[in-house]
Amino acid sequence: MASIELRDVRKSYGAVDVIKGVDLDIKHGEFCVFVGPSGCGKSTLLRMISGLEDITGGEIAIGGDVVNTVPAADRGLAMVFQSYALYPHMTVRQNLSFGLENINTPKAEIAEKITSVAKMLQIDMLLDRRPKDLSGGQRQRVAIGRAVVREPKVFLFDEPLSNLDAELRVDMRGEIASLHRRLGNTMIYVTHDQVEAMTMADKIAVLKLGEVEQFGAPLELYNTPRNLFVAGFIGSPKMNFLAGRIEDGDRGELVLPSGERVLIPEDGYDQRPGQEVTLGIRPTEMQPAADGPVSIEVKSVEQLGGESYIYGTTRDGTPLTVHSPGQTRVRIGETIALGVPPGQIHLFDTQSGLSLLGS
Amino acid sequence: MGKIVEFMTRTRGGGKMDWTDWLTYCYLVLGILLMFGPVIWLVLSSFKTEADLQRFPPRFLPYAQETVMVDGYEDPLPLFQITAGEYEGRTLAQLRRVGLVAQMIDPADPETRLRVDISNREPLEHLSLAVENYTGLFERFNFLRFLWNSTFITVMATVIMLLVNSMAAFALSKYKFRGRMTVLAIVIGTLMIPQTVVLVPLFLITQQLGMLNSLWGVIIPGAATPTGVFLLRQYMITIPDEILDAARMDKASEWKIFWRIILPLSAPAIAVLAILAIMWRWNDFLWPLIVLSQTENFTLQLALNSFQGELNTEWSSLLAMTVLTLLPIALVFMFLQKYIATGIASTGGK
Repeated sequence: MASIELRDVRKSYGAVDVIKGVDLDIKHGEFCVFVGPSGCGKSTLLRMISGLEDITGGEIAIGGDVVNTVPAADRGLAMVFQSYALYPHMTVRQNLSFGLENINTPKAEIAEKITSVAKMLQIDMLLDRRPKDLSGGQRQRVAIGRAVVREPKVFLFDEPLSNLDAELRVDMRGEIASLHRRLGNTMIYVTHDQVEAMTMADKIAVLKLGEVEQFGAPLELYNTPRNLFVAGFIGSPKMNFLAGRIEDGDRGELVLPSGERVLIPEDGYDQRPGQEVTLGIRPTEMQPAADGPVSIEVKSVEQLGGESYIYGTTRDGTPLTVHSPGQTRVRIGETIALGVPPGQIHLFDTQSGLSLLGS
Repeated sequence: MGKIVEFMTRTRGGGKMDWTDWLTYCYLVLGILLMFGPVIWLVLSSFKTEADLQRFPPRFLPYAQETVMVDGYEDPLPLFQITAGEYEGRTLAQLRRVGLVAQMIDPADPETRLRVDISNREPLEHLSLAVENYTGLFERFNFLRFLWNSTFITVMATVIMLLVNSMAAFALSKYKFRGRMTVLAIVIGTLMIPQTVVLVPLFLITQQLGMLNSLWGVIIPGAATPTGVFLLRQYMITIPDEILDAARMDKASEWKIFWRIILPLSAPAIAVLAILAIMWRWNDFLWPLIVLSQTENFTLQLALNSFQGELNTEWSSLLAMTVLTLLPIALVFMFLQKYIATGIASTGGK
């Protein structure tokens, strides 16, 4: 069993706290993605799990055993690095066999494992080349192969696709996901790209400034974000936010600074009259409607053929994005009214940023 | 060959010689003369006989006077062409010279002695390589012994130095420990102390350790050089840490990381340092001179020095040995020079 538990894991460099008490519970066989903006500590957290980085406080347990003092090599993990970190002076075959040689695997067995892994990753014709003669995608495969060949309990990926071009990234994304299905190992994957996170993960941990903002299944994060940060980070294009104030007498109405009033559901959210509240709504849920409560001035329009994006600002200057299926007739400079379906909104306390979703 | 000609006659615009081409070629030819002139002069001189070396004005190519064996005389006699006077046009052998007059004989008629004014004769000469300068080194001196001493010191000192320096550089570049920068500063700081200042203390230590008159006494004191540590450290810093991390995840011990990852990736820097070390050790003079006082321990450089006596210098042997001493260094340079230029290893990363 290769579950991973983090309990109040901390890391500080001198007086600077980089990881501020992370609790996570990753079950055996799960594909867990750490996602967050750069500098949020996601790579550091991964390196702490791998053992390459010491931890300042807390506990890391792999398969139930606390591994705080176990050196990286003995944790039974394999890591794929952002820069691939292939050994440049060795051929692909030597790159793959290096780890096996270090644990004194018999030669015949090494050859056998390399052959099967190389075939699986389609790098069998590259075995005698050196890393500098490979393309980015091929290097990536070799780096993954080097991890796979050692048959580790857990795979760690540190932004493995960030050096690839967009098209290749989509391909490799699919391959890593299918690798996970085939091997069934626990995998932890670090990325700053929420699309990667959404498409690959069983569980996503959204990190910000060394803290886990929310940990859960992709759609759980999408549908019920716990705070403004998660709401804004998950989903593309970004969720629209409208800051306003709940009407004193009526919990069902939000007044925007421009004076526009938006109907909100009275049930399900814990809003109080007079509270400063931020309303979140995904661009896909807002539609032009003649009697809509919010009007925007269109600043730019992106026609993608099958779908269109309308970018505009409200009367008080808040930027809004509207996704419209198919092609749109809206022109730049027009003012359009938008409908806000009450069933599709998210409410957050403006001050704390927390969701007002009732328990 | 055609390519060489094409290369040697290349011009700026590809067509006619521009004035900048003239300037460039003049400059390059001057450079060649300055750099190769002395070496060529040395090599040619090493093939001259002692008499030819003493000759003034000196000549470029080595010549030897023609001699002839005449019955009744044990040694070969030098031949001269008579250019004026009574015997003009004849070729005579000289017996001896007294003042301005030479006693000569005709090899065909050895009984008659002829007196010739020395201004009336020209020595008969031909191009000849005095190979005996070289063979003499092996016959008269223990050249192979000196060569072995020099080689042993150079090879051992270079190997030990590379090992010590690369390990120090690895620690200083890839491990984070307290006082790392202090250690580095001290290492580099020693560069500011001239060798001559520490010569006497170094001698005393070597003496206390009983290494005087032993080749190890030359090898060990020079085993760690600040230049080497610094050079290798600067290079190793450029090796990405992720490669080391990857090796650690691959269960490689720190020693294995050093041996299998760091050393191969530092090969260009190590090659440069090896070339430098070989040149330093091979050409080292002062320290071996101090440590080694018995002839059988002499290096080539010391042996060369011993040819230069207070009153008499045996130029022919000295020059021949100098050429032989230069050769290994030139060969090392020829075979390793591509590493000096190769520079950066590709880093497996992007």
